[in-house]
Amino acid sequence: MARVLLKQLNKKFDGTHAVKDVNLEIRDHEFVVLVGPSGCGKTTTLRMVAGLEDITSGEVSIDGRVVNNLAPMDRDIAMVFQNYALYPHMSVYQNMAFGLRMRKFDKPEIDRRVKHAAEVLGIQVLLDRRPRQLSGGQRQRVALGRAIVRNPRVFLFDEPLSNLDAGLRVQMRVELKRLHDRLETTAIYVTHDQVEAMTLGDRVVVMRDGMVQQEGAPLQLYEHPANRFVAGFIGSPAMNFIAVTIAASGDALWAEAPGLRVRVPPHKTQALRRYSGQRVILGLRPETLRPASSGASGDYAFDATVEVVEPLGSEILLDTRVGESPVVARVDPSVRASAHQRLRLAFEPERAHFFDAVAEAAI
Amino acid sequence: MMIEGARWKKWLWFYLPLGAFILALLFPFYWMIVTTVRPDGELYRPWNHPLYSPFWTSHPTFEHVKDLLQETLFNTWMLNTMFIALAATLISLVCGVIAGYALARLTFRWAGILGTAIFVTYLVPQTLLFIPLAEIIRDYRIGDTPWALILTYPTFLIPFCTWLMMGYFKAIPKELEECARIDGAARWQAMLYIIFPIAVPGILSAGIFAFTLSWNEFIYALVFLSSPEQKTVPVGVTSELIRGDVFFWGSLMAGALIGSIPVAIVYSFFVEHYVAGVTGSIKG
Repeated sequence: MARVLLKQLNKKFDGTHAVKDVNLEIRDHEFVVLVGPSGCGKTTTLRMVAGLEDITSGEVSIDGRVVNNLAPMDRDIAMVFQNYALYPHMSVYQNMAFGLRMRKFDKPEIDRRVKHAAEVLGIQVLLDRRPRQLSGGQRQRVALGRAIVRNPRVFLFDEPLSNLDAGLRVQMRVELKRLHDRLETTAIYVTHDQVEAMTLGDRVVVMRDGMVQQEGAPLQLYEHPANRFVAGFIGSPAMNFIAVTIAASGDALWAEAPGLRVRVPPHKTQALRRYSGQRVILGLRPETLRPASSGASGDYAFDATVEVVEPLGSEILLDTRVGESPVVARVDPSVRASAHQRLRLAFEPERAHFFDAVAEAAI
Repeated sequence: MMIEGARWKKWLWFYLPLGAFILALLFPFYWMIVTTVRPDGELYRPWNHPLYSPFWTSHPTFEHVKDLLQETLFNTWMLNTMFIALAATLISLVCGVIAGYALARLTFRWAGILGTAIFVTYLVPQTLLFIPLAEIIRDYRIGDTPWALILTYPTFLIPFCTWLMMGYFKAIPKELEECARIDGAARWQAMLYIIFPIAVPGILSAGIFAFTLSWNEFIYALVFLSSPEQKTVPVGVTSELIRGDVFFWGSLMAGALIGSIPVAIVYSFFVEHYVAGVTGSIKG
C-alpha cells in the first residue's frame, strides 16, 4: 500500500501552463478525487503520476521514492481510462491476464488471480467474450478487473464513469466505493462531476486553471468553500450569488442590493466591517432558503418573484428573481407556489457566505 | 420506407449508372479473354469482312496460351515478378509500418514536416526519378538483376506504406498503448502485442497495394533489366510479343490475362480487410 506525494508539480505544454505548483499528499488507503471543469489540469496531473506525461518541474514520489524518471510499468500502478482502453483483439480473460503475463507470473497464478477478480466483479461468464460483445457497464467492469488483478500500490481513475448512462453510473459509483473499501488501496480519481467527487472521495481536491483551489473532506468543502469558484462548483443546484453592497448602520452591517436588504449575520460582522461601502458577493445555498410568511419582517429575509417551479417529488426547486439576481430555492414539496407569484424567502444566517468581489476569496 | 415512385428513381439514378460503371470496368477483361481464345484467322479479319465479329468468337482456341507458355519465357517472367514484388513489398511494409508508427505516435520537433516530406517524395514522378536511379544502379553493379527492382521499388512504396499506416495508427486510441505500458509492457512490447494485431487490416491493405504496384510496375523494370530471362511480366510480354510493328495480339492478351490473376487472387482473398484498412474503421 502506498503514500503518494506531489511536490511543486508543474506541467507546461508549448505555450500553456497546464499544471501550476500542485502540492498534494495522498495518504495510504485514501481515496482522493481531483475535480474541476475540463481543462483544469486534473487529468494532466493524474497522467504525470502515471508516468504517461513528462514532468516539467517538481516531484512525484510513491512511498518516499521519487518516480519522476521511472517508466509507467515500474511505478506499480494501475489505471482505468475513460474509454476503457480494452484490447479489442483479446478476450476478457486475456485482457485481464495481459499485465500479469507481461510481468512473467506463472500460468496457475495468473489463472487464480483472473478468476478471483472476475468473481469480485461478477463477470465470470464473460471471460471468453471479446470487448466488442460487451455492454458499457460490462466493459467498465473488465477495465476494473484488469486493474485489480495486478494488486498495484496505487489505482488511478481517469473519468471512468463518464461514458456510462446515468442509471448505470450511479450503480457503478456505489460499486467502486465498495471495491475500494474491500481492496484498501490508495486511489486517485479524476472527474468533472462534483456529485461523483463528493460521493466517492475521502478527500476532494478542486482544481481550476492548473491550480488547486481547495482540498478537504467533501462536507468541509461544501460548508466552508475557500472561494467563490469552489462554492459554485460544489453542490447542485449551485449556490446562489448576489452582488451586494455593505452598508453600516450603527453597530449592524447590512447587505444591500436592488430589491434586497438583509442583515449581515453576527459571526461575519467583524470580518465584513472593513468592506463597509464596498461591493461583495453574498452566497446562499438553495436549501438554506425557505418561504417565510409574506408580512413577516425579518433581518434575514427578502422578497422574490417566482419564475419557474420545478417539482422533483422529494423537493421543489423554485427559480426566482430577487431584484436582478436569479435565486434558486430548494423547498419542501408541501410548499404551494406558482409562477409570477411574489414570495418572501428567509435564509439561515449562520450558513450565509460572503466572497470578495474581486479576489473571490471567502470572507 | 418506400416512397411512391422511388423504385424507378432508384433504377434510374442508382442501378443504371452502376451497371454502366461495372460494364466499363469489366470490358477490358472481357476483351482480353475474347482476344486470347480467338484464332488468328478471326483476329486479323478486316472490319468490312462479312463474318467480322469483334465481340465473340465461334472457334475458341488455346493456341495463343500454348504459344505464350512454350515459345516465350513467360513462366520465368512470372517467377521473377513474383519474387521481386514479394521482396519489395516485404521491405516496404517493414519500413512503412515502423516509420508510420513513429510519425503517428512520437512527438518530436520535426514530426509533421518529416511526414509531409515523406509524402512529397511519393509525388516525384518515376519518369524523372529513374534517371538518377539508373546511375546508382550502375554504380552498385546491380543492373539486370532482380535487386535493381527490389531496391528501387521501395522508393515509392515506402512513402505510400508510411502514409497509409500513419493514418491507421493515428486512429487507434492512444490509451490502448498507455494502458499496456502501465500494465507492464515496454514500448516495443506494446507495439508488438497490442498495436500491430489491431493494425492488421491496415498492414494488409498497405501490403496488397504495395504488391499490386510492384507487380504492375513498368518503367523501372523496362530501364533496369535488359536480358529476357530477367524480365518481369509487363515488360517481358510487351517487349517480346511486339516485334517491330507486329503485335502478337493473342499471346499478348493471354499474358496480360494470366499476369493479372495473382493480383486478382490477392485482392479477393483480403478484400474485407482491405476495405476496412482503407476506410480506417476499427472494430472495437
